Amino acid sequence: MSGVLASMIDGLLVGAVYGLAAMGLSLIWGVMDVINLTHGAMIALGMFSMYLLFAATHINAYVLLLPTIGAGLVIGLVVYWMAVHWVVGRSMLMSLLSTFAVNMIVIGIGTAVWSTSPYNVNFVLPGITIGAYTFTGNHMAAAISAVVIALALQFFLYRTRTGKAIRAVADNREAAELMGISSTAVLSIAFAIGIALACTSGALVSTLFPFTILSGGVYQLKSFVVTILAGLGKPFGALVAGVLLGLLEGVVTPFIAVSWIPLIEFGLFVVVLVAFPQGIFGKRASA
Amino acid sequence: MILRRPFFWIILLIAAGFIYLPLHGNNVSLREDLILIAIAIILASNLNLMIGYTGYVNFGHIVFYGLGGYVGLYLTTVRGWNLVLSALVAGLVVSLCAFLFGLAVLRLRGAYFALATIGILEAVQAFVSNFDPWGRSTGMYLSFESYQPLGGAMRALWITYFLIIAVMALSMILSLAIKNSKFGLGLFAIREDEDAAVVLGVNATVYKAIVYSVSAFLPAIAGALMFYKNGMIDPSIAFEYMLSLEGIVMLMLGGQGSVIGAALGATLYEKLRSYLLTSPALSNFHLVISGGLLLLVVLFAPGGLIGWLYRLMPRARKVIE
Amino acid sequence: MNAILEVRGVSKRFGGLVAVSDVSFSIAEGEIVGLIGPNGAGKTTLFNVVNGVYKANQGTITFAGKDITRCSPDKVVHFGLARTHQVVKPLNDLTVLDNVTVGACFGREYLDLAAARKVASDVLQQVGLGDRAGVMARSLTIAGKKRLEVARALAAKPKLLLLDEVLAGLNPTEVVKMIELVRKIRDSGVSVLMIEHLMQAIMSLSDRIVVLNLGRKLAEGRPDEVVHNSEVVEAYLGFPDKVHEWSRVDKLTRRK
Repeated sequence: MSGVLASMIDGLLVGAVYGLAAMGLSLIWGVMDVINLTHGAMIALGMFSMYLLFAATHINAYVLLLPTIGAGLVIGLVVYWMAVHWVVGRSMLMSLLSTFAVNMIVIGIGTAVWSTSPYNVNFVLPGITIGAYTFTGNHMAAAISAVVIALALQFFLYRTRTGKAIRAVADNREAAELMGISSTAVLSIAFAIGIALACTSGALVSTLFPFTILSGGVYQLKSFVVTILAGLGKPFGALVAGVLLGLLEGVVTPFIAVSWIPLIEFGLFVVVLVAFPQGIFGKRASA
Repeated sequence: MILRRPFFWIILLIAAGFIYLPLHGNNVSLREDLILIAIAIILASNLNLMIGYTGYVNFGHIVFYGLGGYVGLYLTTVRGWNLVLSALVAGLVVSLCAFLFGLAVLRLRGAYFALATIGILEAVQAFVSNFDPWGRSTGMYLSFESYQPLGGAMRALWITYFLIIAVMALSMILSLAIKNSKFGLGLFAIREDEDAAVVLGVNATVYKAIVYSVSAFLPAIAGALMFYKNGMIDPSIAFEYMLSLEGIVMLMLGGQGSVIGAALGATLYEKLRSYLLTSPALSNFHLVISGGLLLLVVLFAPGGLIGWLYRLMPRARKVIE
Repeated sequence: MNAILEVRGVSKRFGGLVAVSDVSFSIAEGEIVGLIGPNGAGKTTLFNVVNGVYKANQGTITFAGKDITRCSPDKVVHFGLARTHQVVKPLNDLTVLDNVTVGACFGREYLDLAAARKVASDVLQQVGLGDRAGVMARSLTIAGKKRLEVARALAAKPKLLLLDEVLAGLNPTEVVKMIELVRKIRDSGVSVLMIEHLMQAIMSLSDRIVVLNLGRKLAEGRPDEVVHNSEVVEAYLGFPDKVHEWSRVDKLTRRK
């Protein structure tokens, strides 16, 4: 039994990171009705950013989250102007394909530079031992970082002018423009933030597990599951749904062979998509 | 009626070329090149029915090919059935499943449908990886005896090749026939404005499920034939996500919505791909170049090559479909 | 005369918002009935319920003797009830002819492609779009697109045609032409239910008028009756003096 509890707690903690990643996807989807298929590649870039920063400076990985966020914002702006700006407002197929194309390019370059060998960020925080359980330091720090960043995002969206502008554009772009909000500026910032969230979640994952350039794909799929579960429009809902997914994984892993997990997740994904058009928590943007 | 369309004869001509060229001189390496192109054309043409005709983006299209491969290989290897029968049954089984799944999943619109197809692909791969009778993640191997009924391995490979060319021709003919039919018009209406189409009397639910299952039929047969030829199958090569996506790139490159566009895009992309994979300098950049190409097409030429041709010569539309 | 459409006690709610409340009326064969009311009165919602886009929460809809309350829009068209949309929905990447062919293929007669194309051609001539048959639907003017909506619905060979603000956005000349077209449609045997805001048009075209306000039926009757109804004037028409003008026959639209 204790194994299950430990597994559940680990799952909860990792789930916070899933939630953070999903927030990035959900934000972009909610604000500009674009499904960001570069999400996985950006998560992978976040992993490698952390790796490079840590290898160069050996500073506490969690302090290095700040430059990682910065890097994510810059990368996000580049991708926005390269591919996304031109397809916002065009058909869903075009935005899916354009972001997918960027994904291919990034993964291609990444594979050329880093090959598909596993990498590691060797930074370990001491854990806390309570009774028979040891809570891994890295897991806890990752979860705490994720929650802190999520709260910061909420604050930004609801308490700052730019955040309000983003919510206005998400609600009704034309009306927002009529109010004097430059929707291009807002969309580019919102996209950059979404990417930064993805990168950051990748950076956090890099402190937990070994990774390759292709690892982002797994988290992208989890982000989709979480986003659909949560419904769109409430980034915080994504965090909660992420934690739930992590919890589900934690509960299931001790009992079922690992190979069945993808089936359960994808089965769940398809069932939720078809049966819960509203998401479990919130509303959807029009598809 | 379809015999009157000039393009029908062009399709037959292309198929004849595919048969004659490698046969003349027993050119096995050419045959191997052409078979990859033929499979690409089969996948792209049938995907076109969903994306180009109906406007529903299927990201998991390869699942039909892989499942067809599994059913076909199971029937020939484990059950000892004859190849053609196995392939046909594979086609029927997979398209029946697609019809039933389609009724549920096609209620979703746009991006939600696209995501659901990814989910289905991944779920099927995960399921097959755990499915004992199909060898779980190791997959299945074809024993050499299975080639005996066709007269030995060498002959079997040629026969399989001809069958695949037939499926390729059928795929293109099917696309052409649907495009010029009432069913096709209904699909186009759904693509343009599904709500308006329903108000005009199109039973969108059934039409979508039908086209989804039709788009599964020939790829499943092709999968059964191809994996028989290759002699083995496992979840990672049967359900390669990348192949699904390359199908979409091919379609966009050539020009979605037209029969020739699918075939042209498939051929060009397949040539590009084999060139890139064998070139020592560029093999790492296969993804980068494909991605770059896709981005250029989406940003600057969303109608693909054929879209560009149609704009130059509007009258070409009648002949080159 | 037989009733081609009978709407009885129909209500439609969206969550807490009651869009249509206990509306009943009927349309006799060969009639043109006008449906008027302020914005938000529930007129388009009523259309959507009648043709199956929304399911009524209460009430029944009977068309040519058949109960169509639970029918989906594609079935309703097969029975002979066609509609146009307030905001036009052209099938943009198809030609004008193909657009109308869709109507003919999937309408009441469910024709095959070749026969449908012929019917479509004829209908295009009728509405005056014959010379634009090969043009892409997206390149039509707004007036052209409105005609296309009507043509598509006509190609389905309906017995009842629901027109939703078919005159909105048209200039005065185009309005006159469209009014003539609606009259021709009725003369060919098709009953019409039309939502309109253009008072002259609706007063001169309609045999009867149904007035909706805040989801309820406010009044029903002949145009001159309705126009003198004080509740209708207060809720919608607004100018009791103007009323006198509108109830006169409009010289522009009557030729005979």
